[in-house]
Amino acid sequence: MFNKDRWIEILEVLSSNVWRTVATAFGVGWGIFILIILLAAGQGLENGIRQDFNGVATNTMFMWTEMTSIPYEGLPEGRYFNFKLSDVDLLKRGVPELEIVSPRNSMGQSQGDNVIRGTETGNYRVYGDYPEIIKQNSIYVAKGRFINYNDMPKKRKVVVIGDGIRADLYEEDEEVLGTYLKINGINFMVIGTYKEKSDNGGGQNSERAIFMPFTTFSQAFNRADNVGWMAITARDGSSISELKDKILSVVKQSRKVHPNDERAIGYFDLYNQYQRVESLFGALKFIAYFVGILVLLSGIIGVSNIMLIVIKERTKEIGIRRALGEDPWSIRLQILMESIFLTIISGMVGIIFGALSIFGINKLLDSVGPVDMFLNPSVSVGVIISALTILIISGLLAGFIPANSAIKVRPIEALRTE
Amino acid sequence: MIKIENLHKSYKMGNNSLHVLKGINFSVEEGELVAIMGSSGSGKSTLLNILGMLDLLDEGSYTLDNVPIDNLTETKAANYRNKFLGFVFQSFNLINYKNAMENVALPLYYQRVGRKERQEKALKYLDQVGLKEWATHLPSELSGGQKQRVAIARAMAAEPKVLLADEPTGALDSKTSYEVMDLIQKINDDGNTILIVTHEPDIAEMCKRVVHLKDGVIIEDKKVEQVRAAQYVQ
Repeated sequence: MFNKDRWIEILEVLSSNVWRTVATAFGVGWGIFILIILLAAGQGLENGIRQDFNGVATNTMFMWTEMTSIPYEGLPEGRYFNFKLSDVDLLKRGVPELEIVSPRNSMGQSQGDNVIRGTETGNYRVYGDYPEIIKQNSIYVAKGRFINYNDMPKKRKVVVIGDGIRADLYEEDEEVLGTYLKINGINFMVIGTYKEKSDNGGGQNSERAIFMPFTTFSQAFNRADNVGWMAITARDGSSISELKDKILSVVKQSRKVHPNDERAIGYFDLYNQYQRVESLFGALKFIAYFVGILVLLSGIIGVSNIMLIVIKERTKEIGIRRALGEDPWSIRLQILMESIFLTIISGMVGIIFGALSIFGINKLLDSVGPVDMFLNPSVSVGVIISALTILIISGLLAGFIPANSAIKVRPIEALRTE
Repeated sequence: MIKIENLHKSYKMGNNSLHVLKGINFSVEEGELVAIMGSSGSGKSTLLNILGMLDLLDEGSYTLDNVPIDNLTETKAANYRNKFLGFVFQSFNLINYKNAMENVALPLYYQRVGRKERQEKALKYLDQVGLKEWATHLPSELSGGQKQRVAIARAMAAEPKVLLADEPTGALDSKTSYEVMDLIQKINDDGNTILIVTHEPDIAEMCKRVVHLKDGVIIEDKKVEQVRAAQYVQ
């Protein structure tokens, strides 16, 4: 196979009709190009969505109250109600598989600027939270500290602000820690800033929220022991989707909601969503391979066709060679190698163009800034290797029929052709 | 060298079967120069094809250099052709994208002779046919006579036991025909066994033995006084 003369011959044959060879090669190159681009786009989408999940505890559900739809224990339907702080302890005791149960309250972002610092103002979302929330969100402390359990009983008027707020309200070189922000008319001391783990998505709102101790929030904004909603994370090894019914029945009982009332409590199962997204990635990859290979197939048929034509043209030559004593297997090998060589070279060109396009797209993405749900489209070495494997197999398939038809003609008949 | 006994060959043409060779008995000694003559349809080309293992016989036996030629698979036939036989065709059958030297070197390539040795040998044989200066020319740049001489050099390059020539002068004018025959005679003088199929009596006279075929049987097999082609060549 690593025979110089054979390679010279292959090059001679393929270069004898350059345009035809290029046109044929284009089919295969195009197929591989499409395959690579599709896979890269799928990967980009996957990267983008994964980025959004980055740092988020995915084994998590959110739960909030809605209006009851079934009367229960003397209470009418159509009743609004709130979770209470005591429900958190009930849940922790009632469902031991839960790792974190975070009660949350929030305000802001509906009516005008709510945050004032000197002459700067802004409209930001304000959360009352327990310290564990940092484990459930994709944020980290950039400066200072996060709220902690010492803040809770003392109801300290302290806040942790997003780095975006710091950029809005402060000078670039200004010290943030220890300064005060007026939120809905009440002064709070800034004890830390946070940043998001993912630098993509969110845009305007990213890193623009304020966290304060849950107890402080309740007192300052008159929420008593009401809880707006809960973020609940299960321990590793148990799935929040499976614990969901148990959680709901605990709070339904404590809030006097009919056990069959499906509408009274709203929830969002992040884990379930995440699983769905995961299977979506699988489906995307499948589609990319499916479409890519189908396009490639038409290229391969093109190669096979051209090889058949080449063989038809060379029938006489093959006859001469056999009369001179060339082994039929050698002829077969020659044609297979021509076909594989043509597919691999054109496939390589397709791969190179695909890689260049991906490079260009990445450059473009960098220059226009982050795009929602799309990040760093790329193909791995594994994909390239599997593409090459597909190419070699395709080359073999494309050459197989022509190679056989080449030696099927008896030398005497081949010599008679003009 | 060649021994054929009771050779039969027929071709299927639709429902009809055409009996081309009807029991040929024929042998050739080493160093002979034999002309096989006959009108078209007499079976002379079929006989040569069977001798050249390009076609299979239906019945009878064929022995070449004491090797029985039977149960031919394509691979075995290719191997025998390469080892035992050299071919010269009416239409030269050079490979048009290879130059003269590469064409001559081709049978050596199939014998897995190294590249350098191949080129040396090819040049040597091209020199013998007087075309050394034309080694790098493509067949399209050669005249008919030159092409046939390259073809003869190619046939001789593998140092075959027998040289088979199918109408080697059929596509040439009489002057070049004599030049080619002169070359063939010289090769024969060196002791090579040569079989020529022809329908031209003057070419047949330049051989040492003439075999006449008619309707698939040998009707005449005689030794002749060889006419040297050299006298017609200046």
